[in-house]
Amino acid sequence: MNKRYLDYLDQLEAEAIHIMREVAGQFQKPALLFSGGKDSITLVRLAEKAFRPGKFPFPLVHIDTGHNFPEAIQYRDELAERLGEKLVVRNVEDTIKKQNLSEPTGRYASRNGLQTYTLLETIEEFGFDCCIGGARRDEEKARAKERIFSVRDEFGQWDPKRQRPELWNTYNGRISLGENVRAFPISNWTELDVWNYIKREEISLPNIYFTHERECLIRDGKLMATSDFIYRDPEDEVVTRKVRFRTVGDMTCTAAVESVAYDIDTVIAEIIESKISERGATRIDDKLSETAMEDRKKGGYF
Amino acid sequence: MDILRFITAGSVDDGKSTLIGRLLFDTKQIYIDQLEAIESSGRVNEDGQVDLSLLTDGLKAEREQGITIDVAYKYFSTPKRKFIIADAPGHIQYTRNMVTGASNSNLSIILVDARNGVQEQTRRHSIISSLLGIPHLVICINKMDLVGFDEKVYNQIVEDYKQFAASKLTAKDITFIPISALKGDNVVDRSEQMPWYEGPNLLEHLEKVPVSNDFNLDDARFPVQYVIRPHTHEHHDYRGYAGKVISGVYSKGDKVTVLPSGQTSTIKSVELGGKELEEAFAPMSVVLQLEDDVDISRGDVIVKQDENLDVSKEFEALVCWMNNKPLKAGAKLLLRHNSTETRAVVRQIQYKVDVNSLDNIMDADQVQLNDICRVQIKTATPLLLDKYDNNRANGGFILIDETSFTTVGAGMVESITHESELNYMI
Repeated sequence: MNKRYLDYLDQLEAEAIHIMREVAGQFQKPALLFSGGKDSITLVRLAEKAFRPGKFPFPLVHIDTGHNFPEAIQYRDELAERLGEKLVVRNVEDTIKKQNLSEPTGRYASRNGLQTYTLLETIEEFGFDCCIGGARRDEEKARAKERIFSVRDEFGQWDPKRQRPELWNTYNGRISLGENVRAFPISNWTELDVWNYIKREEISLPNIYFTHERECLIRDGKLMATSDFIYRDPEDEVVTRKVRFRTVGDMTCTAAVESVAYDIDTVIAEIIESKISERGATRIDDKLSETAMEDRKKGGYF
Repeated sequence: MDILRFITAGSVDDGKSTLIGRLLFDTKQIYIDQLEAIESSGRVNEDGQVDLSLLTDGLKAEREQGITIDVAYKYFSTPKRKFIIADAPGHIQYTRNMVTGASNSNLSIILVDARNGVQEQTRRHSIISSLLGIPHLVICINKMDLVGFDEKVYNQIVEDYKQFAASKLTAKDITFIPISALKGDNVVDRSEQMPWYEGPNLLEHLEKVPVSNDFNLDDARFPVQYVIRPHTHEHHDYRGYAGKVISGVYSKGDKVTVLPSGQTSTIKSVELGGKELEEAFAPMSVVLQLEDDVDISRGDVIVKQDENLDVSKEFEALVCWMNNKPLKAGAKLLLRHNSTETRAVVRQIQYKVDVNSLDNIMDADQVQLNDICRVQIKTATPLLLDKYDNNRANGGFILIDETSFTTVGAGMVESITHESELNYMI
């Protein structure tokens, strides 16, 4: 074997670091969107690799729906503290009051869609010209066609027809006033790549990614964590199961999966065996229509 | 385990979507919920099986307008390799999409319908792959089931293709495989219908193609993306140059030159994530520290002293035009080459290239969307360029419209006029 051989995780890491440094080099006021989920936790590790021993050239920005898992929020605060990096939190609750938005109601009520309003408000407040996000192309078919530098208009809208061709490793971050860019350094990673990287880098994760006993209600065959925020019908069946979360988003739209995986190795084994995709298993928001993600992205979603 | 990036070229009728669906399905990368989504759309093929081509089905925006936008990326892996597929629509007006997908690929799969043999679009896809410097071509002769798995049909197509390739293509590694994407013959599983074919099936071939040699490890090029200056007590005088080794190898003690300024120094350390490395090679992203306090900023390139390199402002290139507004001689544009952005002018359009035959078309004063042309370019800032054929990582650039800022062209350097020669001419 060639002595100078770069393993696939090293290649993916090198590409992601290069993209982050292009963001730092091309933009005046970038930000890293941090959700407390494994993909954005991976982004933070990549930012350390890209910029240490210097500081990050951007703050971590969290759009908090107020319906997040407390474990993820605690992890977020501890991480920012440990890294000594700036954390900006903006609350969907405040946007709802300020813009007089109506909260979604009913069985599938979730603030997930309202995050977009708060995100756009935050972009405007700080004048962010580029937001780094942890979206991956393997997640969903609308994301499979997303660029690494994705130009958005002043309403944050994604227009698939206006996408710029992206060649070699040359990213065009030139924008007009009012436009901004979403940059996706781990576009080419799969769910399994992220887990293998977390394992290799020995990154700690919020404990909800591993098996624990939890009270859930069963909705459309999926296990939803009980909380004060989730809509409950009197006839909803409530059960206690050994579960973990495969994605960590808003509690009202992120389902748990039954699992006994207690560490990274057992999680990886479970994903390899899994017959259902990550978003298919865990996201209520994508099930609402066939083009749910495409429509949300056009509306300014990540 | 490493990564193979490949592009699939072909139009809908060639069975490209079916082939990708087959690769994903037979390597078990398709999840039940994705299959259910297809089943619930009610589309199955004549055998009552799920139509695998729907696994690569596009966006609502595309279905509504009956078009395919740009390139879609698909992923799968086997214990041997991770694969990244750039799925580019192959229709004639989509040269731009294929060029985009090909720019990052090491291998190109070209589909030929066994009933039709080598067609104009077979030649077009092969020529574009070749122009973009893809080192490995795989010619899949598809729909063998529709020609009775006949060896003679296959041999004739191979013969025809070889004749074409000998005169037009630069790729050294060309492999032929008879397949049926629909039935699965020779894609992931060996065909029982074609015992006369003794070569590898497609997946075996994709797993074995050597790609580590595709990185240029001879010509050291390190474009600086960002300067790390912590200004902390602990790292008071620290100055790290962050970038990617796009080609070549760098190690501690190497004598280097910074271009375009020409300042010289020695590498003090090679680092990644704050840890020192013995060496860095393409395509690693690292930080270099130098022994001397030299003035370096984003866009500068660190090279080795022994190479005696020179920057230039004038060069000739092949450009694929990607904009609805035609390109005319005299056009002023922005040019981005790695970490450098500069103003540029297209001084002359020398000729257009017919992508179906590689013939030159003279008298090309206007270049339309999807045309490939040879141009003479002059830039405001001097650049360190390589010929694309010698170093893919440092020979490509993009052209950006000065007012809309959209990417309007992709260029590949063919010949360079060096500064020193210019001075001499004056």
